[in-house]
Amino acid sequence: MPLAKRIIPCLDVDDGRVVKGVHFAKVKDAGDPVEFAEKYSQQGADELIFLDITASQQGRETMKNVVRNVANVIDIPFTVGGGIKTLEDARDILLSGADKVSINTAAVKDPLLIIKLTSIFGRQCIVVAIDAKRNYNNNGGGKNFFKNDNEKKKYWFEVRIYGGKEGTGIDAIEWAKRVKSLGAGEILLTSIDADGTENGYDITLNKAICLTSRVPIIASGGCGRPEHMLDVFKNTEVDAALAASIFHYEKSSIDKVKEYLKKNGIKIRI
Amino acid sequence: MTKIAIFDYGAGNLFSLKAALERNGAQHVFIIHDMKNLDKFDGLILPGVGNFDPAMKSVEPNKELLIDSIEDSMPMLGICLGMEMLFDKSEEGMLEGLKILDGDVLMLPEKKVKIPHIGWNNLEISKKETKLLEGIRNSSWVYFVHSYYVSPKIKSIVAAKSEYDIVIPAVIEKDNIFGTQFHPEKSGNIGATIIRNFLGVCAKRK
Repeated sequence: MPLAKRIIPCLDVDDGRVVKGVHFAKVKDAGDPVEFAEKYSQQGADELIFLDITASQQGRETMKNVVRNVANVIDIPFTVGGGIKTLEDARDILLSGADKVSINTAAVKDPLLIIKLTSIFGRQCIVVAIDAKRNYNNNGGGKNFFKNDNEKKKYWFEVRIYGGKEGTGIDAIEWAKRVKSLGAGEILLTSIDADGTENGYDITLNKAICLTSRVPIIASGGCGRPEHMLDVFKNTEVDAALAASIFHYEKSSIDKVKEYLKKNGIKIRI
Repeated sequence: MTKIAIFDYGAGNLFSLKAALERNGAQHVFIIHDMKNLDKFDGLILPGVGNFDPAMKSVEPNKELLIDSIEDSMPMLGICLGMEMLFDKSEEGMLEGLKILDGDVLMLPEKKVKIPHIGWNNLEISKKETKLLEGIRNSSWVYFVHSYYVSPKIKSIVAAKSEYDIVIPAVIEKDNIFGTQFHPEKSGNIGATIIRNFLGVCAKRK
């Protein structure tokens, strides 16, 4: 029997407040993380993800408090990412009440960190976040090229770090295979191109990673309507779909999205 | 006043487990690092995040005390890894398990499904009389996060199963020993009921 597909609201947190960016920039204030967590949990969210997008030293302390307050009120799993560089950072967040930690830039800089973390905490609580962007230049690094019928130029997916600001020259498909072999329990796959556009998930990216890395994949970036979730579940093998603005600005609610998906034949926990 | 102890082996997410116990009626929840004074408590929980060998290393010095308490009918709930540790040995590590229950811990086969088994799955209740699952309906959703599963020698201790390519024992119940492969503290209302059932067993023992 297949598992239920998970619907995961994501809360980008900046200095203790929930915010949502467009294309990883232009930040808008959207509210209190604990209120959001409580609301989403009651509406039937399968999991929550918090990304600490500032990750300054001061922001990190604030984040630990946010994590504690959230863990007090919800009874579904939640993941925290953003600025986790060391074993101590991960332990701090886990002991504040998170179930999983997500690492991104730190894993690219030091892939062995994945092994270190999984050997202590178990692979199931280590999520590797990959931020990928289409790169149309064949300037080295690209190993897997794509071109859809309606697109003129071929491209590859490049891993970007520091919140999308810096390219790495690493092919995201190869990186996903590597993090899986290093023991990552899950991959949170964000398309920078799609993020904040509300035009739908990057199906090409999600499909490609699912086909090459047999590890649970959370699709992220681009969800603006329930139809986008149906699209990514029908056309790729992702296990979960993450969204932020669709829920934050109450364009739809989690229970409505789940009803819609269930009606359309997706296995959903209701 | 139900007093519950959670054993800390250094890697577990104890905060949310503690919060879940408190939300569901435990008056006092203590996080303990050794098992010298187990008789002070009404129930013990072995939590469920970590890796087999490091966790066994921290439990090892307390093994005798733990076994004595269990024989003295102390209600015990092992969650995920905490349940796996009750068995003889695990494919995740080299160290021996607690050997309180007969059987081994095996790695989930990675043929048709993705590993770890992460997400919400259905419970198929296989035991008629179960204290832990009282009031829980068949097919209820619970949250799993694991790569290993238990294979008990005595199948009658399996109170509920789940299917993920293979059949996985999801709940173990043998007298005062309880175990869940999933995380009740993360399983919404269903998990809350299971926690309240365990606390009920602990309250009765006093």
